[in-house]
Amino acid sequence: MLKAVEIKNLSVKYPDVKALDDVSFEVNEGDFLGIIGPNGAGKSTLFASMLNLYTDYEGTIKFFGQDIRKSKHYLKQIGYVPQKPIFEKNFPVTVKDVVRMGLQSESDADRIDEILQQLWIHELGNRRIGELSGGQQQRVFIAKALVHKPKLLILDEPVTGIDQQSIELFYSILRELNSKQNITIIWSSHDLDAVNKLANHVACLNRTLFFHGESEDFFSNDDLVKQYSEASMQEHMHHH
Amino acid sequence: MHRALIAGIAIAILCSVVGLFLVLRRYSLFGDAIAHSSFGGVAVGLLAGVYPLWTAYVVSIVSALVITRVKDRFNISGDASIAVLLSSGIAVGLVIIGLSGGFTLDIFSFLFGSILLVSVDDVVLILALTGGILIVVLLLFRELLYSTFNEEQAKVSGIPVEKINYLVVFMAGLTVVTSIQLVGVLLISALFVIPNVSAIMYGKGFKQTAIISISFSIFSVVAGILVSYIFDITPAGTIVLISIGLLAGTMGIKSTGLLSKN
Ligand SMILES: Nc1ncnc2c1ncn2[C@@H]1O[C@H](COP(=O)(O)OP(=O)(O)OP(=O)(O)O)[C@@H](O)[C@H]1O
Ligand SMILES: [Mg+2]
Repeated sequence: MLKAVEIKNLSVKYPDVKALDDVSFEVNEGDFLGIIGPNGAGKSTLFASMLNLYTDYEGTIKFFGQDIRKSKHYLKQIGYVPQKPIFEKNFPVTVKDVVRMGLQSESDADRIDEILQQLWIHELGNRRIGELSGGQQQRVFIAKALVHKPKLLILDEPVTGIDQQSIELFYSILRELNSKQNITIIWSSHDLDAVNKLANHVACLNRTLFFHGESEDFFSNDDLVKQYSEASMQEHMHHH
Repeated sequence: MHRALIAGIAIAILCSVVGLFLVLRRYSLFGDAIAHSSFGGVAVGLLAGVYPLWTAYVVSIVSALVITRVKDRFNISGDASIAVLLSSGIAVGLVIIGLSGGFTLDIFSFLFGSILLVSVDDVVLILALTGGILIVVLLLFRELLYSTFNEEQAKVSGIPVEKINYLVVFMAGLTVVTSIQLVGVLLISALFVIPNVSAIMYGKGFKQTAIISISFSIFSVVAGILVSYIFDITPAGTIVLISIGLLAGTMGIKSTGLLSKN
């Protein structure tokens, strides 16, 4: 089986904290990997290292066998939905303009309507991005991440602040992308139930990787689930 | 008069296109800062006995690129870096003029422009620069727009964001020094910013916004030159007042709700 991602001995030290410590795991092509871990566990840092946003990491990251330090071409085969997409509220671009940014070449312009249709936002195509609700914007950014038909989709906690109905729709879209179009998905989430339902692999991260494997093995192991819940609870209490 | 109109239209297009990217990057006053640093450039030229416009190009663009580098390297905020660039340009100019015992710089036309005196050579230069910059903008349209919209996401899509940032600064430098002939140092920001602020209120998509901005800009410049010619006054002030009139009109129409967005 092809390995979509291989991460070996990845460590990231920020000036004040060590965010990732010797993390190693692999993702096969076609996998749906859920990454769980409390706030500050290093999930976004892991993604930043994979996505050319943070380059001072130690260790190696390979994408389909290629070390990502050697060439930036791999980025063209990745779709990324950030934790919170930041942009100027009155930036004069329509939904279609935003999705078009994800396209590598103008000749694929038909893909824009296709993907808007697929995400049920085609009627929003000519609206300004800043006028949309948070959930609608989220779907636009997912459309942008998918418009160039990536092999790997990376989603960083993409459902914060979205209503239950939209979340269900979003999950069914993810499931379809993964099973019908064979897109590999790496997805970080705080929603254990959703990870249980959707992902076939789970990685449990809290600076170090303390579990990685089939999701059944994780969710059938009460100790592991309890450990994870406690870790998040502690984090939760720190914040309050 | 013909020459003034041709040069004016070209500069109007240039300023509104380059200015749109600056405004959206929250870099509205950058044009102003470059214009002020060109004062230092002009002084260097006069001192060295070189045509001051050339030294103004070199000094303004180099110092704009340097300040951008320093800003990124030391994490200085955009507005502070603009203040540094602006004041250092003036300071260099003043010191050089002082040391050389002063010389006769046509301060008035430098500060307020002298479009009615533009020569054929100037017009050719302006047209060539406008054409060149527009071609670059069209070729790198996605890269420019994407990195302006969201730097991080552009990086993830493999766009060389830093290089594009320097390109924007470089184009802004060329545009500003070229436009000094039209409106002078003091009012350069007006051409960069005002038509774009109006257009952002009207336009939905990016291309629509750019076209509206260019139209506003051309209208202000042409009307400004004609009006000032008739009344025999400096065009710069008239041009800026007309574009402010358009902005006020835009805001008026918006607040009465005639232009409700659907
Ligand atoms: N740019 C940065 N500079 C310095 N420290 C950082 C930076 N980004 C993150 N950190 C630190 O690294 C650690 C991991 O942060 P990260 O954002 O990766 O966590 P996360 O798992 O994504 O958390 P959350 O669930 O809250 O999104 C935190 O302690 C954070 O304070
Ligand atoms: Mg995060």
